[in-house]
Amino acid sequence: MREVAIVGISMIKFGRYADRDFAQLSAQAVLEALKDAGMEMKQIEALYSGNLYQTSGSGQRILQQIGQTGIPVVNVANACATGSTAFREAYFAVASGAYDVVMAVGSEQMGKQGLLGSRGDPATSLEGRVGSYMMPAVFGMAGMEHARKYGTKQEHFALASVKNHWHSTMNPLAQYQKESPLDEVLNSRMIAYPNTLLMCCPTGDGAAAAILTSMDKARQFTTQPIKVAASVLTSDPFTDRDLTLPDINTLTRNAAKLAYEQAGIGPEDLDQVELHDCFATAELLHYENLGLCGDGEAAMHVASGAPWLGNKIPTKYEEDVAPFRDKTYQPKTKAVVNASGGLLSKGHPLGATGVANIAEIVFHLRGQAGQRQVEGSKVGLAHVIGLCSACTIHILQK
Amino acid sequence: MAEATATQGEVRPLVPHLTLGETRDQDYLNGSVCKKCGTKYVGPRLFCGVCSSDGPFETIRLANTGTVHVWTIIHQATPYVQAPYIAAVVDLDGGGSVNTNIVGIEPKPENMKFGMRVKMFTEKVSEDREGNSYIAYRFTPIEGEN
Ligand SMILES: [Zn+2]
Repeated sequence: MREVAIVGISMIKFGRYADRDFAQLSAQAVLEALKDAGMEMKQIEALYSGNLYQTSGSGQRILQQIGQTGIPVVNVANACATGSTAFREAYFAVASGAYDVVMAVGSEQMGKQGLLGSRGDPATSLEGRVGSYMMPAVFGMAGMEHARKYGTKQEHFALASVKNHWHSTMNPLAQYQKESPLDEVLNSRMIAYPNTLLMCCPTGDGAAAAILTSMDKARQFTTQPIKVAASVLTSDPFTDRDLTLPDINTLTRNAAKLAYEQAGIGPEDLDQVELHDCFATAELLHYENLGLCGDGEAAMHVASGAPWLGNKIPTKYEEDVAPFRDKTYQPKTKAVVNASGGLLSKGHPLGATGVANIAEIVFHLRGQAGQRQVEGSKVGLAHVIGLCSACTIHILQK
Repeated sequence: MAEATATQGEVRPLVPHLTLGETRDQDYLNGSVCKKCGTKYVGPRLFCGVCSSDGPFETIRLANTGTVHVWTIIHQATPYVQAPYIAAVVDLDGGGSVNTNIVGIEPKPENMKFGMRVKMFTEKVSEDREGNSYIAYRFTPIEGEN
């Protein structure tokens, strides 16, 4: 297997684009990535397209917009890990030696539908009659499982939301750029306990693109090639409650272990992480799953300031955080988490997310992240999980 | 709707892991045990996802009592469901876990506790256009055990 580098990257601002379709949003991302790499469409040898709602022909429809060069197209759908799975296929296409220059695009147009929509014939639907199967219920219960084990409070989960909303104020590409102090997060409308509205990611539209080449070709296109040091995909192994309560933890732990082995690093070497905070509860679980803190330490970790930009609680939030802070806790890792604003505030157009998380890490490793730049970032990890269940982890290095 | 109710519909379980009896108090949850590896599943199975075999499977009756593993309170529900309500995962006595609604208790966090003892009952929850009725199970706290 050859070393693979990212030489072009882009993400369009996430939001609502009522006057465009997903292929046009993607075409914009493709153009920006090509420009970033100083390339033309005819140099791209294969396209890997991730889109969840448009499972058939998404890549071809993108090429119809921006260049029907006749190249092979692979369309990918893999729950919320759709974009990152497309990226991984692109990675393998280059690593294997089959192609030298390929592109991965992640896109979605969700409009206002999405995570809370009803399913099927109301008469025979299980939803709300035999429990709840919608994402807010699943991630509400996943958080409550952590609360059951470790006594985690709703406020601890909410702090992840305060942090990510703060980070997003420095990200012009985020869907929302609005701060939300702790009381505002806690007092927003309850969706599924313990997650309030501001602890749930929004639905939206977006696209992101990445151009990958072999490392030996990368310097033809950029002075700052970003190495893909690990690319891992896992699915959920059987657990006793597996078919009842989706297990978002085990497959992330399995993926993290493999990714650290592949990259030859540990969590203490990471400067930053973009992880799958579809709900605030999920962010805390993944601190532990990714080894950013020990089991049962996630609540202390978020309150310690370690995952916040600058590795400390900003002065304006000190008072909010103080009651939930354990002064005896010493963080063992320094990775800033979700500097982009995370899914909670940057947004989560399903198929776009996996590539956008990678884009965010690339911006930082190149020193292009503006106000939210993680100072001197050299190693970053992008994590995505989709239910029923797929987990990807990519480790990127300068 | 009047037309639909006039026809003679069937009474059906809403989920395959609910077996209906002659009367509602005879309804029970069914499971299957893989005879090759011993894995216990809720509901019928043709194949085993643990030992990668086609069983065979022994059909068993699961307990109608259990404990609450985790819960959440759904405030934003699908249109035909009244919110807020308690959704939970219940671990059945003797094995098997199910998704369910917890009823007979006000849906507030302070009323819920992990490990709460609960008991199953069944009731009609819906009717389709052909006049068929659907029966679902729910759980309610066991008096004197919490
Ligand atoms: Zn078996």
